[in-house]
Amino acid sequence: MLASYLTVAAMLFCIGLYGALVKRNAVVVLLCLELMLNAVNLNLVAFSKYGVVPSLTGQIFSLFTITVAAAEAAIGVAILIALFRMRGTVNVDEFDKMRR
Amino acid sequence: MDKLTQTAWLIPLFPLAAFLILTALGRSYRRVGVLIGIVGSFAAFLFSLFIVVDRLGANQVDYNYSIEWLAIGDYSLRIGFEITNLTTLMLAVVTLVSLLVQLYSAGYMKDDERITVFYGYVSLFTFSMLGLVLSDNLLSFYIFWELVGVCSFLLIGFWFTLPKARAAAKKAFIVTRVGDVGLLLAILLLFWYMPEHALDFTTIQSVFDGQSGAITNGITTLIALLLFVGAIGKSGQFPLHVWLPDAMEGPTPISALIHAATMVAAGVFLIARTFDIFQDSAAAMETIAYVGGFTAIFAATIALAQNDIKRILAYSTVSQLGYMMMALGLGSLTGGIFHLFTHAFFKALLFLGAGSIIHAVHTQNINEMGGLRSKMSVTTWTFAIGALALIGIPPFSGFWSKDLILSAAWETNPLLFGAGLAAAFLTALYMSRLFFLVFMGKPSAASMDAQESRAVMTLPLIVLAVLAAVSGFVETPWNGWLGTWLTDGSEEAHASGAVIAYSVAVGLLGIYIGWLAYGKRSISFAAWHERLPWLVRLLERGYYNDELYSAVIIKPLKLLGNVLLAFDTYVIGGIVRIAGAAVSTAGRAAARLQNGQAQTYSLAAAIGLVVLVAAIVGRRFLP
Repeated sequence: MLASYLTVAAMLFCIGLYGALVKRNAVVVLLCLELMLNAVNLNLVAFSKYGVVPSLTGQIFSLFTITVAAAEAAIGVAILIALFRMRGTVNVDEFDKMRR
Repeated sequence: MDKLTQTAWLIPLFPLAAFLILTALGRSYRRVGVLIGIVGSFAAFLFSLFIVVDRLGANQVDYNYSIEWLAIGDYSLRIGFEITNLTTLMLAVVTLVSLLVQLYSAGYMKDDERITVFYGYVSLFTFSMLGLVLSDNLLSFYIFWELVGVCSFLLIGFWFTLPKARAAAKKAFIVTRVGDVGLLLAILLLFWYMPEHALDFTTIQSVFDGQSGAITNGITTLIALLLFVGAIGKSGQFPLHVWLPDAMEGPTPISALIHAATMVAAGVFLIARTFDIFQDSAAAMETIAYVGGFTAIFAATIALAQNDIKRILAYSTVSQLGYMMMALGLGSLTGGIFHLFTHAFFKALLFLGAGSIIHAVHTQNINEMGGLRSKMSVTTWTFAIGALALIGIPPFSGFWSKDLILSAAWETNPLLFGAGLAAAFLTALYMSRLFFLVFMGKPSAASMDAQESRAVMTLPLIVLAVLAAVSGFVETPWNGWLGTWLTDGSEEAHASGAVIAYSVAVGLLGIYIGWLAYGKRSISFAAWHERLPWLVRLLERGYYNDELYSAVIIKPLKLLGNVLLAFDTYVIGGIVRIAGAAVSTAGRAAARLQNGQAQTYSLAAAIGLVVLVAAIVGRRFLP
């Protein structure tokens, strides 16, 4: 059973990573980040149920992660709005300030 | 030993202090600067005079004081100063001429913007020359030897905005450097072969004097010849004389001080100081005598055809230095030093007189002068005394010193006696030509409104004229005081009526012919110009010495330099440029990675992670 969950989580993570690395729209990039976090959550829950040492701690930990992810998303969107106001775009390609 | 002699090391410090103060003051305070320079050399002169008076008695003991400078293992290097009768004499000559020249320069250089710099250099030169004279070992001697060379370079190139002055300064420095290499090699050889590597003059004297056999004859001759090479460079002997006439591009007081009276005599002084080495080697002595004798005639013939008043005097200096060398080569230490002594006065006088004339008529070409007799009486009379002393007419000083040299040659070497006599005749001829063209006849356009120079310039002329007239009496055929004083009585004076008769006769003959040609104008050398133009050209150009060196040495060296430059530019430089281009190309390629996009960076991180994981996992499958 564990392998199926882990496979789904790995696929989810890879899709998220792919999206975070190649998508042009910053909103989509943020969404992809959420996907990766959720893949981790899935892992945590799967291990807490079918792991070598099953324990409830994993599930509680995933709740924490969701909370933190919510806060992260809020901050991410806030930054994005600020960026959009300043630059008038959400295209990730145009954010190359680090070059200089 | 007197307290005064023990503090002789103070003498060079006065001009050194003057130099330091002048350098610190900069170009402002012109009058104060001149005063400081004069006071510095006056103090040195006064001190030297005391020491001379102190040592006038017979049988004075040499005083030597030295301190340890460097200790290398067992060997210790000592520096110090030594007072002998020879150095005392040089101290007096150097400080006196330096003082008079500085006094004169106050008038001559009055309008020069960099007069304080000039005085600073002259003070530095005086310090160096005094240090050279007082040195008790060859190493410090060599240091000061180079230092006077530097001062000479600075002062020849004093008017460095003139390209000719720049070129002359460089030429003087490089040509004398050739001789300096000889001196350096001689010092190294001495260091190598001397017992306990001693370099001080006292030990050199005892080692070579005692015939101790510590050093073989071949090495002695080699050392002596290398020392002589150093003297050739500094004292302008053939074939390294070419720098001295060009050095006349410097201010005239400098020509008098450095390039007539003091520095160029340093070569003669060097040989006199290490005379014991030379006395051990007959071959070296003969070489010196013949080089000196040849230079005396050679330079005198060139002086005949020159038209620049300072160049005539410069070639005359070369010729007279040849006399001194010839005397030393003939074994007459007194003759060489005595001529150095008298020559310092009358040649400084002639140069300062020439400076006074140039100051008045603003040209150096003697054909454009004339009739200055009525305009500048002090200059005329003092110049006449200097010229008579140079020609060697009794009772002026040059006669006595030249007579001593000719007597030495008369007894040992008839060939060199003839050479000396011929040079004396030529000297009389070119000096009378100079004198009659400049002072006699009708005033030319340039000398119409010439005026006598100011007192500050004529006073040194008068002092030097008195000295040029009477300084010869310290050593006459009947009274060998100087020789006894210098050599502790080992060189006796000897009168020879024949020599006196010959030398006076050729001197008077030279003057008479000069008067006929340039005073009375009853005979003319114009025929020479028509019939033998090549001879006149040859003499005017100084036997094409410069051209010869240019073709044989300078051009091949420049060619070699250009070849090496091309190699450096295209081969070595090419390699460097290729290496640089490769690195900067790599850098530019790498810089493209930094595009400022977070996505690219994370992609690189992700790829890195994958590679890392693959590496760790893959290791399991390797044997």
